[in-house]
Amino acid sequence: MSNIIDISGLNKEYSGKRVVNDLNLCVFQGDLFGFLGPNGAGKTTTIRILTTLTKPTSGKVLISGIDVAKDAGLVKEEFGVVQQHLSLNRDLTIAENLELHARLHHIPTAERKRRIADLLDYVELSDHADYLIDNVSGGMKRRAMIARALIHRPKLLFLDEPTVGLDAQTRRRVWDLIRRMNSEGTTVFLTTHYIEEAEALCKRVGVLHHGKLIALGSPLELRQRLGMVAVELQGEGNGTTYSYFPDRTSAARFIQGLPSTKRVVMRESNLEDVFIELTGQKVMGD
Amino acid sequence: MIDAYSILWSDLAALKRRWPRYLLTTLMSPILYLVAFGWGLGRGIDLNGMSYLEFVIPGIIALTAMTTSFNGAGTRLNVDRLYFKSFDECLMAPVSLPSLLLGKALIGVVRGVLSSVAFLLVALLIAPHIYVSLPFVIGLLLSCLTFAFLGVLAALLARSHEDMATFGSLILMPMTFLGGTFFSLSQVPFWLKMALYALPLTHSSLFLRAAALDQPLPWTSLLVLLAFFCVFLGGGMMALKRMSV
Repeated sequence: MSNIIDISGLNKEYSGKRVVNDLNLCVFQGDLFGFLGPNGAGKTTTIRILTTLTKPTSGKVLISGIDVAKDAGLVKEEFGVVQQHLSLNRDLTIAENLELHARLHHIPTAERKRRIADLLDYVELSDHADYLIDNVSGGMKRRAMIARALIHRPKLLFLDEPTVGLDAQTRRRVWDLIRRMNSEGTTVFLTTHYIEEAEALCKRVGVLHHGKLIALGSPLELRQRLGMVAVELQGEGNGTTYSYFPDRTSAARFIQGLPSTKRVVMRESNLEDVFIELTGQKVMGD
Repeated sequence: MIDAYSILWSDLAALKRRWPRYLLTTLMSPILYLVAFGWGLGRGIDLNGMSYLEFVIPGIIALTAMTTSFNGAGTRLNVDRLYFKSFDECLMAPVSLPSLLLGKALIGVVRGVLSSVAFLLVALLIAPHIYVSLPFVIGLLLSCLTFAFLGVLAALLARSHEDMATFGSLILMPMTFLGGTFFSLSQVPFWLKMALYALPLTHSSLFLRAAALDQPLPWTSLLVLLAFFCVFLGGGMMALKRMSV
């Protein structure tokens, strides 16, 4: 499998403080990759470097084999970005936002019209094409941003917190869209602070902590490394403690040896358990 | 150039939606200046056979070109860059930096020309002797370009909306009243005159006034304005290079 993103020895310092620390990471073509990390881990800085918005202090980033630092103009054709912020032009309609992006990517007029119509249909916004951005819901804005990011048919799509602020129903709709794009060949690089989102969507995840990559693998592999079964001990005054076991038999043996006063819950482990064990904290927005 | 036009296209689409409101609001300040200084304070003042109203109108046109071009390009870019973050979308598009810079400045030029022409039409009703010649048009266009690029430069350097407001208070506001708009430089002490020559609005006012009143043209002022334009353009390019890969 060839790499669409190849990061080697990447560092970024702000005023002497290292926010990305010797990052080495490959993302395969066709992957749906989740980039997780607690608040201030360096996720957004890494994405800004990958998308040519920030210069790295040192290190090398290749996207589709193109050096981001040396050939930024060429590499910009390779990716699309859905930022965490609603970065649509609010003075324009949904269709006009797409048209501006298509123009900036030098798509010829006839092709531009066709792609805008196709993409609005794809994200189910055809009926709202001529609505001003301020007159549509948060979910529609997010889908409009996804359509905009796809207008030049990028091989790689960066999604920075794509479902933040959306209700559960709309979030599922965006998930379906992400899965569909990925199944049609677009590599997706996703950051999220909803761990269940990464678990539901991603084929592989990487965990960043203090600018360093501390875990990499599929959600299942990471859970297997931790233990597939979790035991929660809800003690009096000491908070809840967690123990992990490779299977239910070993977990049951552990529970049998506990004093009967403890309240015990046995369940399957999840990616959030992995995350908390690795970073020592619940995930928060970067 | 196509990319610059694409950026302008989006700004024009937005302007098209609210041009009546835009024209109304943009005319308010110059008309108030005209009423307060031209008709109010200046009534009865004679400047070597010329009424103060005739004297002040070209200055207000230069002032209008400055404020609307600066705000049309700068304030909008500042909000797009720091608040909506939509400027990042332009930085991530395969657009050359000169095209991006020009694209962001052009809406300031368009707004500046629109407002100045609208005010000029109002002024012509009051003072029909204003002479709209080719040098006047060139001076107006260069003024709009210069202040639009100053707006872009300020917006690229600003780290907050407050920075932009501070720039307005410390640079634009003094220039508004001291840049040869409301009084003749021949009436001020030599040292102050020299200081006022360091302001781009002074040269814009001097050139537009001479052109509008069909007087000998101060070509040096046009050259100084051109130099300011080059400095702001170069500064904008450097600021843009600093923030992009």
